[in-house]
This record gives sequence, structure tokens and C-alpha cells, in this order.
Amino acid sequence: MALLSVRGLTTRFRTDRGALTAVDDVSFDLDEGETLAIVGESGSGKSVTALSLMRLIAQPAGQIVAGSAMFEGKDLLSLPEEEMRSVRGDRIAMIFQEPMTSLNPSISVGAQVGEPMVLHRGSTWQAAMAKAGELLDRVRLPDARARVNAYPHQFSGGQRQRAMIAMALACQPRLIIADEPTTALDVTVQAQILALLKELTRETGAALILITHDLGVVARYADRVAVMYGGRMVETASARALYRTPRHPYTEGLLASIPRLDQVAGRRLIPIEGQPPDLTRLPPGCAFRPRCRRATAACETTRPALAEAAPGHWKACLNDAA
Amino acid sequence: MPPDAPLLEVADLKVHFPIYRGVIAKQVGAVKAVDGVSFTVNPGETLGLVGESGCGKSTTGLAVLRMLDITAGRVVFDGTDITRHDRAAMRPFRRRIQMIYQDPFGSLDPRMSVAALIAEPMIVHKLAANAAERAERARELLEMVGLRADMASRYIHEFSGGQRQRIGIARALAMKPDLLICDEPVSALDVSIQAQIVNLFQEIQAKFGLTYLFVAHDLAVVRHISDRIAVMYLGRIVEIADRDTLYRAPLHPYTQALMAAVPIPDPEIEATRPQITVQGEVPSALNPPPGCRFHPRCPRAVARCKTEEPQLREATSGQSVACHLV
Repeated sequence: MALLSVRGLTTRFRTDRGALTAVDDVSFDLDEGETLAIVGESGSGKSVTALSLMRLIAQPAGQIVAGSAMFEGKDLLSLPEEEMRSVRGDRIAMIFQEPMTSLNPSISVGAQVGEPMVLHRGSTWQAAMAKAGELLDRVRLPDARARVNAYPHQFSGGQRQRAMIAMALACQPRLIIADEPTTALDVTVQAQILALLKELTRETGAALILITHDLGVVARYADRVAVMYGGRMVETASARALYRTPRHPYTEGLLASIPRLDQVAGRRLIPIEGQPPDLTRLPPGCAFRPRCRRATAACETTRPALAEAAPGHWKACLNDAA
Repeated sequence: MPPDAPLLEVADLKVHFPIYRGVIAKQVGAVKAVDGVSFTVNPGETLGLVGESGCGKSTTGLAVLRMLDITAGRVVFDGTDITRHDRAAMRPFRRRIQMIYQDPFGSLDPRMSVAALIAEPMIVHKLAANAAERAERARELLEMVGLRADMASRYIHEFSGGQRQRIGIARALAMKPDLLICDEPVSALDVSIQAQIVNLFQEIQAKFGLTYLFVAHDLAVVRHISDRIAVMYLGRIVEIADRDTLYRAPLHPYTQALMAAVPIPDPEIEATRPQITVQGEVPSALNPPPGCRFHPRCPRAVARCKTEEPQLREATSGQSVACHLV
């Protein structure tokens, strides 16, 4: 049985420019210990999907209007706020892109790493601080135990992200959601942090949802991939199948458009023409149609549903050629 | 000037930012953002400058344009030493050297129409006879960068990130420049848009014979667009080579680590790739390590690396490296 089972998740926002559906009928399953990458560009709905699952959508502008998310026998989307609070940071932990804005600058790092244990596990502060030192050591923060009482500004960007991971691990969550966890970091530090995250999830058996725009990161770390475009999931498959045989024209276009270190340099890139869609003015039919090289007349009127094109490989595209 | 002379020559460039403390503002130190950098860029060529944050790649670009005070060294553009040029003397060079920024929204006035944004440099540098000629040229430039001529009356907030970058490029081209300094010009753009803009850079280079100094952190993009690449670390160039040599046979341990850290978008290749991760993070440029600046993170460092700073020297034809072990 899946650890997390999301069905028909739909989240809407009211904005100055009109209402928009940021996440539109998204469904997926996540197994124990699995790493799922949710890939997409800005406005694709990948981050809002994560925030919806954590019930961190800013209300009243944003509303989860439909769907369910079954996790350990509970529907996260209909749980009373009180109960949801006991899930967050305990059973499900989240890691954000910019650790400086998610860490409290006036509280020591050790206290922030230890806090979930006090809140969720009834631990004493003394025990929590000792455990925080262990956790910081485990995420290989240099001089961890000596720096339990240090403040976030005394840490480098990579060290802060290590502290965020330590905090996420505090209550041994079954699911970690990491939203662009290394986008703000340099490439050598990115490699360190992602390798650490992967190693720790393997050791603890926690599942990981990795939200990213970087197709290289996905290839290195994900077991399975879900590609989002215009608020909808357009393709999902195992990482190997998706890269070997991309079946949605958007996925295919993305993979063809990026320069790769292992290929002959200088050949002309094949871009996806046009712009990502404006969610307040989505075209009827397929959101990708205006940019799609394979679009037919039917794509203008029919919004394709996610359908299984090969075992375990789903795509939302009317075109059968791919 | 002989035909094979470089368009841009940077020799032992140093840009230090002094740090003052106390009421009498006594200088207590300096951030050595760029600390002895030398390279040349030939006409029509693209030199990529790569490195992580704080390596000095952007500062180098700004210093070439003389937008920062140069502490020491020389910048020679098309045979003229512009290191100590004052504002008036710099003016013709401010036309010939143009800068493309990461975020064109921050560099373009939101109260000016696109036509006015593109026409402004033509007025400043007297590049068109009259308003009609400027307007005509603005429309031409918009089409050249892949926008529609009728977009000239719109304002910058009406455009997406990729379109704004196109407008930034059109404005730069309006000056008929020789050298474009591109500072992370695609890193703020969505993946699907990056390829469009990279292709545009290559098209206009071929069309106008432009020379590029392309500053970026994305190795795959830099490799794609550059003829030669300089890898920077903490204010110094650690390796410089032609593109294919650098990626086929990187010699500096930092270049090797940097390339190993970049994942290749193919899970099957990634599964078999050795995962070498260099430890630690880039130290502060305020207090760089003695000897080789990379030695605290270098997996191969020996005693000599801790005391003696390696100099950049040619290791193979067209490939120079600053490492004691090569």
C-alpha cells in the first residue's frame, strides 16, 4: 500500500488578475522509501502541490477546493488544523529553498532543531538539545556539538540547509518534502546536500518528494518523476522510462532543449518556442497546445486526462504517436 | 592593430574592496574579490567565466566595463589601455562594451516604453539622425531579437522574463557594440526559455561578429556557448582552456570537482557515474587560505599547497592551470 495517495488535488487562488487554478486535479501515489521528483517550471504548480499537502496554502486567497491525500490512514486535506499540526514536522517534514527565511534568526540552531522533539514527543529541552547535537553531527555539520548554541547567521548557506535537514529528521518522519532545497546553493554544495538527503532517506526509510526544475538533479536522485505544466500533471513514470522514452511533447521538448555536459557542445539547442502559460488565461483544451509541435485540432478543445500509455508510464496527451 | 590581436586583454587584474572600521574609518582589511586575473578574448570569440559564488567572475566583468575601481593590473580594449580612463575618455568604450544582466527588469526603466528604452542609447551616443530613424531602428531590433515590432509601445512589466531579456539584448545591440559582457544572462529564466535565449546569443554573434565575455555558474550552458573557458575560484583563475579540452581532460582538482558535481540529465548515466563530492564550502574572500586557495577542500593537497600559491602556467597546448600537482 502506498504511503501517500493523492487523488484529484485541486487548489485555487484569487489574485488581482483573476482566479486561477494553480493545481488542477493532480493524483499520484508514493511508496515507502521512494523518491518522487516533481518537475516543472515557475507556475507549473509543483510548489503549490507540496504546500497543499502540508496545508500551508495562504488563506483566504488560496483554497484547496477538491481532492484527498491519504497518509497513514488519514486524509491530510480534511484533517482538523489541530491534528494537522501534529503531522507537520513529525510524520511529514518539509525543507524549503531558502533556509535563512525558514530559520528563526533569534533562536539558536540547536533549539530549532530540537523544538520538534519537545513539541511532538514531549521531550525535555535538555534531552532535545543533546539530540540536536547528535542530529547536526549526523548531517555532518562541522564542529556540530560545539555549535548547537550558534545562530543561523553564523552558518553558511550550505550549513543552514544541513541544519534544516537535521530539523526535518528530528522526529523520524515517514515523508520529507523538499522544495528546491539546493537552488540557492553553489553546485559543489548542492551535490553534497542532495547526496546527504538521499543517504539519510535510505538509512531511515523515509520517502522523499523532491521538487525541482533541474532535470539533472532529477536524473541523479529520483526513482520516479512527475512532470507538471500549467497546474496539471502531464507525465509520470519511473525516472529511467521517462528519460529514455519521454511520452509527453513537453517532457520531450525539455529534455531536448537543455545543453548536457556529456554531449558534443555547440550544436544548436532545440528550444520549446513560446512562453509558459498565464494561469489566469489558460487556453481551453491542452495548456501546452500553443507551444506543441504535435498539436492537432482536437488539442484545442479537449483537455487530455492522464492515461496509462505503457505499464507504470502515464501521460496526459491526445497524441498517440509518442 | 594587427589582425590577430585580442579585442580584450586583462592583465593581472585586481579588484579589492577595502573594509573600514571605527569612527575614523581606518582600513582594517580588504575583500580581494579579484586578485590577479589575466586572460585575453579574441575578436568574434566567446570566453566563458565560470565559478561558484564569490569567485570574482561578475566583479571581473564589471571591472572590464570600468564600473568598479581597479586596484591593480590592466584592461586593454582594442589596443587602448582603458584602466585609468576617466568618464569622458570611457564614453566611446561604454558604447562598444555592453552589459547584459541576469535580471533585465532591474536594469530597464519601468516608466519608459520599449521603443524609448531602445532609442535612449542611440540619443546618448548619437547613433541615429532623428526620431524617425530611431523608431525605425528600434522596430528592426525588436524583430531581430524575436519580438514583434508592434510591441515597441508597451512597457517592460507587460513582458515575461524571456521577452525582457530579449529587450535587454535589443537595447545593447542598439549601440552597435563590439563586446558583450553577459552576466548570468539565462540563469533567472525557466528551463524551456533558456535555450531560446542561448540560441539568440549565438545568432546575433554570427550576424554581427560580436565578442562575448560570458559569465555564468551553469557549466553546461557555458560549455555550450563558449570557445574557451576560464574557471575561477576565490578571485583567481585556476584553469583556462579551450572548451573541448577543459571538458575532456580537466586538470585542476577544482575543475574536476565542479564537473563531477553537475548531474547529467540521464538516470542511466548517473547510475554509473562516480560520485566524487568535494567537501566544504568556498571560504570568505576576506581571508582567503594561504598557498593554493583551494587546498582546504582539495582531495589531493600536499604540504606545498598550504604555503606556496601556484601560478597559472601552460600545461598542454592551449590549456593553462594553476596547480602544483599538474
